[in-house]
Amino acid sequence: MSLKTVPLNDGEGLEPTGMTPSPSELQRTRASQRKLVWWAFKKHRLALVSAWLLAAMLIVIALCEFVAPFGDRHRDSEYTTAPPQVLKLWDTDGPDGFRFGLHVDGYTSTQDPRSLRITYEPNPEDRVDVGLFVKGEEYELFGLIPMDRHLIGPKDSGDPMYLFGTTTDGQDLLSQLVYATRVSASVGIIGVMLAFLLGIVLGAVSGYFGGWIDNVVQRIIELIMAVPSIPLWLGLAAALPAQMGPVARYFIITTILALVAWTGLAREVRGRFLALRSEEFVTSARLDGSSHARVMFRHMLPSFSSHIIAALSLSIPGMILAETALSWLGMGLRPPAVSWGVQLQDASKWSVLSGAPWLLIPGACVVLVVLAFNFVGDGLRDAADPYKH
Amino acid sequence: MIEPILEVRDLHVRFPVRRNLLGRTTVENHAVSGVDLALVPGETLALVGESGCGKTTLGRTIVGAQKATSGAVIFDGKVLTSMPERERAPYRRQIRMVFQDPFSSLNPRFTLRQIIGDPLVATGEARGSELEDRIAEMMRRVGLSPDYMDRYPHAFSGGQRQRVNIARALIVNPRLVVADEPVSALDVSVRAQILNLLRELQAEFGLTYLFISHDLSVVENLADRVAVMYFGRIVELADTASLYDAPRHPYTEALMSAVPIPDPALKGRGGRILLPDELPDPSNPPPGCAFARRCRYAEAGRCDTGEIPLEHGTRCVRREELDLQGIVGAPS
Repeated sequence: MSLKTVPLNDGEGLEPTGMTPSPSELQRTRASQRKLVWWAFKKHRLALVSAWLLAAMLIVIALCEFVAPFGDRHRDSEYTTAPPQVLKLWDTDGPDGFRFGLHVDGYTSTQDPRSLRITYEPNPEDRVDVGLFVKGEEYELFGLIPMDRHLIGPKDSGDPMYLFGTTTDGQDLLSQLVYATRVSASVGIIGVMLAFLLGIVLGAVSGYFGGWIDNVVQRIIELIMAVPSIPLWLGLAAALPAQMGPVARYFIITTILALVAWTGLAREVRGRFLALRSEEFVTSARLDGSSHARVMFRHMLPSFSSHIIAALSLSIPGMILAETALSWLGMGLRPPAVSWGVQLQDASKWSVLSGAPWLLIPGACVVLVVLAFNFVGDGLRDAADPYKH
Repeated sequence: MIEPILEVRDLHVRFPVRRNLLGRTTVENHAVSGVDLALVPGETLALVGESGCGKTTLGRTIVGAQKATSGAVIFDGKVLTSMPERERAPYRRQIRMVFQDPFSSLNPRFTLRQIIGDPLVATGEARGSELEDRIAEMMRRVGLSPDYMDRYPHAFSGGQRQRVNIARALIVNPRLVVADEPVSALDVSVRAQILNLLRELQAEFGLTYLFISHDLSVVENLADRVAVMYFGRIVELADTASLYDAPRHPYTEALMSAVPIPDPALKGRGGRILLPDELPDPSNPPPGCAFARRCRYAEAGRCDTGEIPLEHGTRCVRREELDLQGIVGAPS
């Protein structure tokens, strides 16, 4: 075992004498595991950027109603499949020359005489003023505080302001995306939490006690792993009653995903417990009079909590993708609930997509978030063992 | 006669190696086979032998980290080995263990405060300022500054870590300490300090030591008596001085010959006895003396039949005939 830190004093067993350790050394010797991990993590640039991105996403999730320009039920049948608008800071060709102010161009619609299809074009003549913290639809922040201000929106709430365009139903894609982020990301995070609870407890018990307990748990895991996951999800999801409310459906889908996903983690945790079980500090914890549960969760689990957090952030993407796939297939969440998968259903027809490529933005969002979780997981995994360097 | 504080009676520990389909053990390794020992209060009994001879297993069985297959460990007149886990718990405080490896025996995620105080916290014996006081007091006794309480083990050297180990063992005021090779992982320069510390603490707290070691030179100054273990059995048991002066088992003689002699004038006498590496199969112990195949004095027909008992402190049938060499120049 190589140790980076120098012993505090060379004179064995002497009281600390005039030798005062340098501040940085003192900091290191007193540093907790958490701090050491954070220092190592900070060196991983991509992971750090991803972590900020995810933090921003969490804020968006929490303040969803405020961030979205429109409510999740908002529908503007006047503008269906309208293209994204560009947010402009000033304009020069208005009636009175140069004018400063946040605005977007309105739309002009043209109808194809033969297919009767309506297409929208940005119209620089028609200026829509945009403001920050404007009055819009009323909502309750955190379900408690009644508010009507939105981070960004048209100053006149009847005006069209669709920064990411609209869907085939005339819903604002940006607002929908914000609401979908809340649903999809929280399915991933809550599902992974559930899976981890199961995985850690069963994996720990399995690895710590060994013997027949280990055998039983491992056979169950093999059984679950042997069943192909997509048909299993589909089967379970298909068994749900169709008239189930969106909230109940959301929780049940999350649970279904978790029930399949815990196995991998349980194996990882078991392996770590097996490896650690023969360490002398575990024996000594037992001899100190700790109960089995205390040895497992107080003495052993913290040794690899950072590995667990890394594994956690690496398995969230799988969960998000699973939910997206399931919803896209129509077996997961259903409208009026919005998730990335539900949104992408719109983009599954080529005839629609060819005229409205912006409907793929939720897909880009999936890719971005999945990558971010992976980078953060990678960074954490590398930082997880600060003693190994 | 003084009542022994610890008695080990016909102790056997076997590890299953292979099981058949029904889960019945078909092959097992004999780690400890029929050990009898008695420790009187205040003494230091050294347990020596080569690695794999079962000395660590014996120590672990005494502290309760390992289940005995048969036989008894009797502490203070109570048979510990037949006790259910719950009843045994209070005795865990009276018999403590100091571990061999100063690195793997300290949880890297715990501060010294958590490590040393854990025996008190786990059972709720002390908390708050009393806990802190006892930890600080114990750290001072083992020669660590209480200022280091909130540091992690990675900031300490091997010797300091071993002091932490000792502090953790002693914080519950035990009566018996099983020290499993406490200095073998340490630098030679640090060894003497830890051994001195152990001796001081013994006098201060009236401790009884079972001191496990593979190194006879470490044992010589510390132990009152020495038990030599080979292949799961005690092959010789004697007072330290008489054992070093005149060993009565050929295995002891071979161990002694491996002790380096610092005096060049005495070098060359005695000579190193090299043993062939023919260890018996622990799953299938041979009849007679387990050492016979490696012993240069072995006689066919006498040494390889029957069970040889521990008589007059040795398990050798030829004890009367042999004149074995102790440590040359040993203080007698």
